[in-house]
Amino acid sequence: MAFRNYILVCGGTACESSRADQIYQNLLEECKAQGVADEVQVVKTGCFGFCEQGPIVKILPEDSFYVKVKPEDAKELISEHIIKGREVTRLLYDKESSRKHAKVEDIKFYQKQFRIVLRNCGFIDPENIDEYIAREGYQALEKALFEMTSEDIIEELKTAGLRGRGGAGFPTWMKWNFSRQVANDTKYVVCNADEGDPGAYMDRSTLEGDPHSVLEAMTICGKTIGAHRGFIYIRAEYPLAIHRLEIAMKQAREYGLLGENILGSGFDFDIEIRLGAGAFVCGEETALLQSIEGKRGMPQPRPPFPAVKGLWGKPTVINNVETWANIPVIITKGGNWFNKIGTSDSKGTKVFALTGKIRNSGLVEVPMGTTLREIIYDIGGGIAHDKKFKAVQTGGPSGGVITDESLDTPIDFGSLIRIGSMMGSGGMIVMDEDDCIVDVAKFYLNFSVDESCGKCAPCRIGGRSLCNILEKITVGNGTLKDLDTLEAIGEAMKKGSLCALGQTTPNPVLSSIKHFKDEYLAHIVDKSCPSGTCKKLITYSINAEKCIGCTACARKCPVAAISGERKQVHIIDQSICIKCGVCMETCKFGAVEIH
Amino acid sequence: MAKMTLEELRKLRDQKQGEMQKRDIEGKDSRIVIGMGTCGIAAGAKPVLDAFLAALEEKHIDNVSVTQTGCMGLCYVEPTIEVIVPGMPDVIYGKVDAATARKIVEQHIIGKQLVTDHMFDRPAADIIKKDGGK
Repeated sequence: MAFRNYILVCGGTACESSRADQIYQNLLEECKAQGVADEVQVVKTGCFGFCEQGPIVKILPEDSFYVKVKPEDAKELISEHIIKGREVTRLLYDKESSRKHAKVEDIKFYQKQFRIVLRNCGFIDPENIDEYIAREGYQALEKALFEMTSEDIIEELKTAGLRGRGGAGFPTWMKWNFSRQVANDTKYVVCNADEGDPGAYMDRSTLEGDPHSVLEAMTICGKTIGAHRGFIYIRAEYPLAIHRLEIAMKQAREYGLLGENILGSGFDFDIEIRLGAGAFVCGEETALLQSIEGKRGMPQPRPPFPAVKGLWGKPTVINNVETWANIPVIITKGGNWFNKIGTSDSKGTKVFALTGKIRNSGLVEVPMGTTLREIIYDIGGGIAHDKKFKAVQTGGPSGGVITDESLDTPIDFGSLIRIGSMMGSGGMIVMDEDDCIVDVAKFYLNFSVDESCGKCAPCRIGGRSLCNILEKITVGNGTLKDLDTLEAIGEAMKKGSLCALGQTTPNPVLSSIKHFKDEYLAHIVDKSCPSGTCKKLITYSINAEKCIGCTACARKCPVAAISGERKQVHIIDQSICIKCGVCMETCKFGAVEIH
Repeated sequence: MAKMTLEELRKLRDQKQGEMQKRDIEGKDSRIVIGMGTCGIAAGAKPVLDAFLAALEEKHIDNVSVTQTGCMGLCYVEPTIEVIVPGMPDVIYGKVDAATARKIVEQHIIGKQLVTDHMFDRPAADIIKKDGGK
């Protein structure tokens, strides 16, 4: 029986938390109640990427894109759209022009995107292996097992020019080749799904929306290097991704695509999931391997690199989720197809989690070489609430801030480093004029200090010292010499730390000093915070000319710091004031001022 | 499902690919739009819709999407459907039943010839002679 309509409901974590599962259940029930259950297929897919507008429901073949759907809307969607063929206009995405934006192709958010990694996200049911197979799934594995030699596969990856998506951008083919060349009976394949940057969720969405692509890629790697066991190291905070991976592995085993004698080829390969407890440092590959072995997750000196001596001392290929998800496509379509996308230095696409003060936050996949301006303004729709753009932080706590003047830089591994940041795993946090740069640097630094494993001194002591100095600056006790000290400690940490965590911890501080020295000076010299974020540096006062003595602020003040009679000018007692800002929000006459 | 061989995997993929393509709107250049207002449904648009889907599946046609719309305003000839095929004029057919639906698929979609005895309103009569006459 052919279905006449397909209803795709987003099943990513973001939409699930807005009751997408209830929407899915309600749609199923309504289909039954209204007698169309056998004509309409309701599918729970992976993330559509447009998380700002979630939960998302897409109905095909009309390609109607419904946003911010509530479970109680299910009835109307079925009775109007499915039964009567009328789009439910109030739920369509409609923000961008006078015309109602109903179709995905019309939405600016999707226009500049190109999806390789997220090719199946938001289209297939990730819990149904048949749907993955129908979308050329496991075709790359067929090729790898029956048509290609290990050399062919590595050659294909070399032609493709794929570089690791975890942050460092190491050529994938070289890693594989190192492991392949080492003679050893036992080798391992590891997937790094320990995504930990604040605001980043690319890997989670990929695993939730298309788990088989990672399983297929790891099996291909196993065949290439001669490994028979694989591990997926994923943090326990990703229960949905883990659940979907478990289902995918079970289905792949039943189909003979995982396990012994895969597809009758005589090749054995199986994968296990290892749960991480959420330590950020375990995203560093040597620490991750320690953790899989059951030890405390602490980085180890390199070389030897894991490709030569990794898990339990055996050659181990470890790649990030996004890198894995690219591989089946490269094998199926060929390296020459892949290397036409992107720039000379970086091939293919990159997935970014666009968050912060941006209008359309969400998951975007763009060809390498797309500019930051295109991502922030064309795809992201610009800064929320028409505020002024201040900076964007890429690379999470390891990256740096990028300002307005660098927005036209095409994004690839090399150019981001040249402008003082890095690709990282793909978190992209946008800041507006209300964000205090010193406060942001302090936030990232606090994160890195908390996550430092404590093994080496530059990271453990250096990070804490940087943090203390920033704290001192934000409370108004900073001196000009502190700026030099920040830079001196930062440079020492870069040189002296064992792993990338310590080496990159000072980046947010150093790059923000470089681009926003004025703001640091304002905190240090003028003892003021231009954006009004640092509480210790601001004072609220009442303008006597504007105050009419309505007593509204005094009644709202939680600490009774405001005194004054009715129809008399009020006064804030600075010794009691906790700077919560409630008086400013309350005053209808703009009499409360901030300095 | 037991473990598969290479042949079985390929067979499964071929079979499922067809099903998934129906969901995919990319690569579909032709459209059949069915008027499913209350009037159309009352006049029997639903069996027509089913007939179109069945005919397309049977003939293995995968470049045509079947969508629905509201009332087209030609209430005197319901059920009405519009067929949009590149290189051919957009046509509204009226008084379509399951048999006509089958004929439209065979003659219009596959044969690229208009089904003249069910045409109303569009295209105008002179165009019919120029393009669609036999």
